[in-house]
Amino acid sequence: MELNQLTIHALRDKLRARETTAVAAAESVFDRIDAVEGKVHAYISLMRDEALKTAEDADRRIQNGDQGDLCGIPVALKDILCTQGFKTTCGSRILHNFIPPYDATVVAALKQVGAVFVGKANMDEFAMGSSTETSWFGVTRNPWDLDRIPGGSSGGSAAAVAADECIASLGTDTGGSIRQPASLCGVVGMKPTYGRVSRFGLIAFASSLDQIGPFTKDVEDCAIMMNAICAYDPKDSTSVKADVPDYKSFLNRDVAGWTVGIPREYFQAGIDPEVLTAVKKAIAVIEAAGARCVEVTLPHTDYCVAVYYIVATAEASSNLARYDGVKYGYRAENARDLLEMYKKTRSEGFGAEVKRRIMLGTYALSSGYYDAYYKKASQVRGRVKEDFDNAFRQCDVILTPTSPTPAFRLGEKTDDPLQMYLSDIYTISANLAGIPGLSVPCGFSAQGLPIGVQFLAGHFAEGKLLQIAHAYEQRAATEKRRPAL
Amino acid sequence: MKISKEEVEYVAHLARLEFDAEEVEKFTLQLDKILSYIDKLNQADTTGMEPMTHAIPTANAFREDVVAPSLSNEAAVANGPEIRGGSFRVPKVIE
Repeated sequence: MELNQLTIHALRDKLRARETTAVAAAESVFDRIDAVEGKVHAYISLMRDEALKTAEDADRRIQNGDQGDLCGIPVALKDILCTQGFKTTCGSRILHNFIPPYDATVVAALKQVGAVFVGKANMDEFAMGSSTETSWFGVTRNPWDLDRIPGGSSGGSAAAVAADECIASLGTDTGGSIRQPASLCGVVGMKPTYGRVSRFGLIAFASSLDQIGPFTKDVEDCAIMMNAICAYDPKDSTSVKADVPDYKSFLNRDVAGWTVGIPREYFQAGIDPEVLTAVKKAIAVIEAAGARCVEVTLPHTDYCVAVYYIVATAEASSNLARYDGVKYGYRAENARDLLEMYKKTRSEGFGAEVKRRIMLGTYALSSGYYDAYYKKASQVRGRVKEDFDNAFRQCDVILTPTSPTPAFRLGEKTDDPLQMYLSDIYTISANLAGIPGLSVPCGFSAQGLPIGVQFLAGHFAEGKLLQIAHAYEQRAATEKRRPAL
Repeated sequence: MKISKEEVEYVAHLARLEFDAEEVEKFTLQLDKILSYIDKLNQADTTGMEPMTHAIPTANAFREDVVAPSLSNEAAVANGPEIRGGSFRVPKVIE
């Protein structure tokens, strides 16, 4: 195996054993990028020079006895995470030239443990999308089938891991933007509990839903990344002061005697038959591991997409008011006055999907409509959370499909926003309730497209997700394939 | 129709966006379709339900008022499209 194909833990073992160097690992990743990036387009910008320099630093650290899991490991960052002195675009023309004056807390945390940043991964503009087709910088293609989307909004982060253009990556998840692309690209993706990972330096889309999390090649790597990014941060007022366990301690533990909830509402009309088959096989594997699967009900599931598209767009319309051509980013030319400058800047700087969501959110918050939309949606959101509270009284974790279908074709849903929104139907509920969710590969369709299974747990129970996902991964022994690029 | 062209134009102004006639037409149709879908919220019983605004119970996050280093003026304005004397420059507001 080439170095760029390794997991974090396998590469770490080689680095510790002095069988290779961080510089060699970085070079291997960039060789792969040179070979396949023209087809995949996982990145908006590459950090080649910086990466080789930090890899040299990492090699010195390892020489001096650094035993960290991430020291010298090539990692990609979604281009929504601020990197000091390095362009951060959020996939938008309106931030096409933005150079952050500070690092996001997660970026600083990864730097501190010696991770090597490869580049900034492509994404739907402002993380608004489920296919990575709304990026101002062009689409990312699914490494398993270049005519198909990688999922979104963190499609670049998922595709980069799947195509071995990095070892692991960070993305963000507001309604499924880590778990859905992880599922469609055949990698592991985790959305932690809201408040578990600092959002400082994450460019805001919907502040009550946004959460940062990892994409990795296996569950053990997911635990390693979680150890690095989870922490209380005084710079994020919604960051939670809860103890962070060693997530690696949940690996290699059995799940005998666990109760796994299977929500009836997630197995109804609209699910692709091949997805259903693969997820049912996963349920059988979990049962063989000694867990008991029971049906649970989440009665407000059918409202989740509607709640989400009010709450998320309302928050977005407020968050994106700051892009006015004054302080940073794109500014339209030849405006006669300030109002015209705002309008021209925003109309030329934002793409259609972002404008659609700003419009929907502004409408939902506007005078006379607030109660009918935002207040009502926030009340139903409370019901969604109650559903989970009730379900978790009966089970340890919940198991569902991650996405109703495997990856769809480029352009298939771009003209029908509502159909695009409905592709997040199984992932949105976790963001509304603030609970953690993890997607792990569970097989392939007949056409060779990856399928993922999602585990959900109560607040701050990421350890349970890692424990059951690792137990599943070990027992299922899903065929190891690599995309033919 | 859930939303009219006039409402779309009004909301666009509130959001500081502008659209040509064709875009207004398209946005009206798309927003109408999305709002019609969202109407299903009215079927949910929310009697006595408090609106949920935070996923995790939160209180005000206070900290001690201690002076600490912050961004320099130069760094704070470095991304500005037009800068003069350490400030952002914009088109004239008052005649």
